[in-house]
Amino acid sequence: MSLKSLTKFSAALGRALLGASRDLAPIILVIAVFQVLVLRQPFPELLSTLVGLGLVIVGLALFVVGLEIGLFPIGETLAEEFAAKGSLFWLLLFAFALGAGTTVAEPALLAVTREGAKAAAEAGIIANTPASIDRYALSVRLTVALSVGAAIILGVLRILRGWSLPILIVGGYALVMLMTLFAPKEIIGLAYDSGGVTTSTVTVPLVTALGVGLARSIRGRDPLTDGFGLIALASLTPMIFVMLFGLIVNWMKHGNSF
Amino acid sequence: MEILFNPIMLLLATAKDVLPVLGLLIFFQTLVLKRPLPRPGIIILGFGLVLVGMTCFLVGLDLAIFPVGKTMALQLAEGARGGGKVIWSAYGWIYLFSFLVGFSTTIAEPSLIAVANKAHEVSRKAISSWGLRIAVAIGVAVGITLGTFRIVSGTPLYLYIMAGYVVVVIQTIFAPRMIIALAYDSGGVTTSTVTVPLVAALGLGLASNIPGRSPVMDGFGLIAFASLFPIISVLGYAQLAQWIVRRRNRKAETSKARP
Repeated sequence: MSLKSLTKFSAALGRALLGASRDLAPIILVIAVFQVLVLRQPFPELLSTLVGLGLVIVGLALFVVGLEIGLFPIGETLAEEFAAKGSLFWLLLFAFALGAGTTVAEPALLAVTREGAKAAAEAGIIANTPASIDRYALSVRLTVALSVGAAIILGVLRILRGWSLPILIVGGYALVMLMTLFAPKEIIGLAYDSGGVTTSTVTVPLVTALGVGLARSIRGRDPLTDGFGLIALASLTPMIFVMLFGLIVNWMKHGNSF
Repeated sequence: MEILFNPIMLLLATAKDVLPVLGLLIFFQTLVLKRPLPRPGIIILGFGLVLVGMTCFLVGLDLAIFPVGKTMALQLAEGARGGGKVIWSAYGWIYLFSFLVGFSTTIAEPSLIAVANKAHEVSRKAISSWGLRIAVAIGVAVGITLGTFRIVSGTPLYLYIMAGYVVVVIQTIFAPRMIIALAYDSGGVTTSTVTVPLVAALGLGLASNIPGRSPVMDGFGLIAFASLFPIISVLGYAQLAQWIVRRRNRKAETSKARP
């Protein structure tokens, strides 16, 4: 790396460090004030807390710089090259792989589906054994991954064809409301929450770059009004798919018992 | 949970998250598009920084923020249990804590920073990154506070969500067109690394301490609140900005018309 790019890099890092300190100031303040004023306790381990705060600030700064020089550029380049190549099949396959692949291993989703499976076992939907709980959690996770892949495909098609986002979203939520009336009660909370946890820290920048890059390289599309919206679809479809999954499990159970 | 504090394990866990994505990108770039990676050194460096950055961030959160935040959420929730009687002062602290935790964790959320920076760039600086993030954070704060109120009062989740979506639909009709896609997106990006663990601890703590609530049925749902209300607040922020601009233009016109 040349000296010029090195100075540019360190300037960017310095700005990112300042930004990260500002971004983390509110949460540090909230925790400190509640600890001292409300719970009236000193910090249990002051040293490890301070080390931890330092790591959080440095980590956030590095992440933001890495995003600017790595994730955003490659996401947009890929989108532009797909648009230039003009192969719908490969673009949609890429969209699906990006959505489903990044969701299936998402730690927050793992935690939520495990809790959801335990809830289902306690409610008597599935047998209360570790094996059946694991199987149920895995099925919900695959359902969610599938739904995010489908959402990114739908979102990419929307950018290409210029479909209206409000109609898709409002229609989707109308479907969610309708399904809420019929879905088993125990799965509703899990279904609603799984919409929120799917979009992780690595997925969001890449999917955003994909949308913005596509909208930029297609004539007649605006990156602001057409490029955004993929994340919104990715938080909507898991609710529909998970409730559908709940309905099918319920139906199969009743089908077996009669 | 001891293993979570081991930085090397965390680095490996983060690598498991990041490397498949990098592999996917390289696969499509070289084998499907048959193009060389543009500036491969910089891209790899960027991914390296994301990997190391996320690991430091998660280790730091585990050391400094999560233990205190979770203990606090649980202690506040326990303080609310008063022999079946409702103690409003105790609940007051819980609502205040929910609001502040919702706001401050959202400001620190890395994926929201990413989207806000992109929106700032794409809108040719018409949308301020910081303003957007504050609007989202207020939405999350109000959402989490209402969500804890729902757990305390035991009212059904879907009623709040339905009412919220009716508001979103009405706002969509009147809000400026350029903000709509971004507003819908901001619902999904708010809840990740920082917000989810703290909010989940709060929800489960409350649901297991308030008589008549079950963690299974009532502990869920806070995330749904945190994804819905930012849509309302971002649409509202754009509507407010539009209203102020229109009023200023109208004033300028009337003062120009007067000789």
